[in-house]
Amino acid sequence: MSTEDKIPHAEADDPAPAAAEGPVTQESAEDVQAADVALDTAGGAHAPSAVPVSSQSGDTGHREATVWQQIVHGNALVSVLAVLVALVLGGILIASTDSNVAKTGSYFFARPSDFLSALWNAMTRSYVALFQGSIFNPRQGFLPFLETMTVATPLICAALGVALAFRAGLFNIGAQGQVIISATLAAYAGFTWHLPFGLHILVVLVMGVLGGAAWGAIVGILKARTGAHEVIVTIMLNYVALFLLDYLLNTPAFRRPGEASPISPRLDETAAYPGIFPDSRLHLGFLVAVALCYGVWWLLNRSTVGFEFRAVGANPAAARTAGVNVPRATIVVMALAGALAGFGGVAQVAGTEKVLTGGVAAQIGFDSITVALLGRSTPWGTFFAGLLFGAFRAGAVQMQIQTGTPIDIVLVVQSLIVLFIAAPPLIRSIFGLNPGKKKKIKAPRRAAVATTTGGAK
Amino acid sequence: MSTATTAPASGAAARTTAGERPPLKVPVSLSVLALVALVFFGLLGPGKTAEMKVSDPGDAIVLPSIAIPGQVGGIVMGVLLLAAAAYSVYLWTQGRRSPRWLPIVFAVVFVFSLLVWIVAGARQPSISLAGLIAGSVTLAVPLVFGSLSGVLCERVGVVNIAIEGQLLGGAFTAALVATVTRNAYIGLIAAAAAGATVSMVLAVFSIKYLVNQIIVGVVLNVLVSGLTGFLFGTIMVPNKALFNTPGRLDIIPIPLLADLPIIGPILFRQSVAGYLMYIAVAVVWFGLFKTKWGLRVRAVGEHPQAADTLGVNVNATRFWNVTLGGAIAGIGGAIFTLVTIDSFTQEISGGRGFIALAALIFGRWNPIGAFLASLLFGFAYNLQSILGIIGTPVPSQFMAMLPYLVTVFAVAGLVGRSRPPAASGIPYVKG
Repeated sequence: MSTEDKIPHAEADDPAPAAAEGPVTQESAEDVQAADVALDTAGGAHAPSAVPVSSQSGDTGHREATVWQQIVHGNALVSVLAVLVALVLGGILIASTDSNVAKTGSYFFARPSDFLSALWNAMTRSYVALFQGSIFNPRQGFLPFLETMTVATPLICAALGVALAFRAGLFNIGAQGQVIISATLAAYAGFTWHLPFGLHILVVLVMGVLGGAAWGAIVGILKARTGAHEVIVTIMLNYVALFLLDYLLNTPAFRRPGEASPISPRLDETAAYPGIFPDSRLHLGFLVAVALCYGVWWLLNRSTVGFEFRAVGANPAAARTAGVNVPRATIVVMALAGALAGFGGVAQVAGTEKVLTGGVAAQIGFDSITVALLGRSTPWGTFFAGLLFGAFRAGAVQMQIQTGTPIDIVLVVQSLIVLFIAAPPLIRSIFGLNPGKKKKIKAPRRAAVATTTGGAK
Repeated sequence: MSTATTAPASGAAARTTAGERPPLKVPVSLSVLALVALVFFGLLGPGKTAEMKVSDPGDAIVLPSIAIPGQVGGIVMGVLLLAAAAYSVYLWTQGRRSPRWLPIVFAVVFVFSLLVWIVAGARQPSISLAGLIAGSVTLAVPLVFGSLSGVLCERVGVVNIAIEGQLLGGAFTAALVATVTRNAYIGLIAAAAAGATVSMVLAVFSIKYLVNQIIVGVVLNVLVSGLTGFLFGTIMVPNKALFNTPGRLDIIPIPLLADLPIIGPILFRQSVAGYLMYIAVAVVWFGLFKTKWGLRVRAVGEHPQAADTLGVNVNATRFWNVTLGGAIAGIGGAIFTLVTIDSFTQEISGGRGFIALAALIFGRWNPIGAFLASLLFGFAYNLQSILGIIGTPVPSQFMAMLPYLVTVFAVAGLVGRSRPPAASGIPYVKG
């Protein structure tokens, strides 16, 4: 550890990194600073101390948290470069299987220009289609972007649940099951009960969210009471939820009358989220997702409960010593995570699909894990990561239709992005960024460590 | 993450040594299960007689089949289970823990009782026990390789969530290489190399770049799924004959021994990969617990600082063990495309990597435990498909759910606070 790290509140002396950062990390830098000061001054009761919290309590040597925080608070430039590198690598992959590239490559030395133009065409064609399917095209204007927002809505909600659990040190792989259960209950309320406009969607929402919360709480209770590993329990419950939905869709209560395949009746019009724009599927659920982002941000950064969650995540032993009821926090976090995934399930079934099928949850639950990781488990980071992945999902359909490139390329690009963002040194070494940059990045990171070790006081 | 599980575990251990009563979990869960077995499988059990065929008519040694009346058998086994549960409760009142063998014996009787109940209630109350067990082992082979990979990685302090990716990568590469070279054995070796490659990415990112290991694992699963899906769509689908007809590994029966009833097909009528599985379990167990290498590996996983002080190169040990683990999982992946069926399809591993992960935790980070847990899951998979054929009164979805529910119950009730290697998931920075 260099002496420079110990300069108190280096980020306050050096505003450069904050200015260089995008809105995502700026939020996190601010909250870290605020929490740091709050810790230092016992919420303003004492004058700020000259020595940072971390030096007072000593370094706990809790390396995992250090690395974790490093991932959570990175650098916006690295993120942009990571996306770029991932897109280029994906492009190379597309080009390598392109028949034109192979053909021109066979006479590369005779006419290299043919090969290069074929390479360029193969790489750009798919991405242009992807862009046109997700953001803008001359024919439809910005209509595709509305579709992106629609696809992103359940992703954002579910990913918020994953992110919240992450911050409390719980690895919630169960978003898939939570989405399935909530979608099932919400759909049931949507097509069985016939209630007036307004009340109906509320009932649907409550059913779905409670279902998700209950499914999540099971994990929390088992973890808190018996110590069962949450990773195993969530994986198993995903399968249970999937088979349960499959069973229910084959019962008279759920199956559409006169239909042989397992599909439910359409949800009532009153049970669906109202649309926002004409000619698009975008619905009110998107605004709910935005509100949830704010809610989770507030919970984590402005509330006592959220502070307890983060303390448990950073160092459960220290949190327990400081008087946090760790089992209760575990249960509440998992229930909240399930509830957030439940909002995702409702958005999917009462907003996008309006009908319950066995594949209603698609890959939302699994994608949401990557979204939360890409968003570095901060609410607004998750929001933008969700939009990005929503764009990939929405655009990939168009891409496959127009160019025949399999949708799976999107998975490759998505995972490469997360991988590169998680390893800033790799990206820096690829682009040969000067080492002076490293020092600037260290400042907010140091502050983050102060927050986590502060819990050990 | 791992600290969250380890810290309470040490707390629980401290409590029991302080002279308090052992936890009530095991007696309670055994009692509940025993009552369920007695009431549902026994008292409310089917009246028909379940026939369990021990050997096929064509076998060299033909044994008579076992006939168990559904209701009576269920009651007898239910009473046995209740007795075991009562013994566990008695031990608890004496302030003693239930011995380790009790839950295992209990589980075997319980599963058999369940089997009798299902078979006796089926439309066609007859089942080939030999086929059931042999099929279970076949389905368990990839799980065993996957969980061994997990054991090797976690014992050295790296969490391996990427088992699914290693299996899938192995399956794809095996199919591709075996088709191109027209040799399934080269395909098997290529699968190991592919698994090792996935593992090396995990190792580089988690050891060199200190990225959270769970993140790398999850992302690698997505990456491999995307890569294999993309290449499957662009290469294999248009040219199936050229790139996706790998053929199978030959079954090599060992003379005489292969004709033994029940254990013959399991132990002595396997492909190379099947024999490799038994060898791998034995070698990994012996290596980890009886050799100098194993001692170093476990030291690195439990207390890297101490290992480093004594001159073990922590990060090199981690890197090569994780790579070895990947190679083993890659072989497991090859089973899908070279033994089970002879072509690759998208997502052919179908979440088995996660089941392997569960088996590894269920088996308490021990190669033999992981092997037994994998067999249990293999049995559950096989039961599903057989029950689909003989027809049961219970909806098939609930039968399909059963292994997962049993796992949740077992993890919560019997295994409880499983203790991973102390340094698992924590990167080591020297100094």
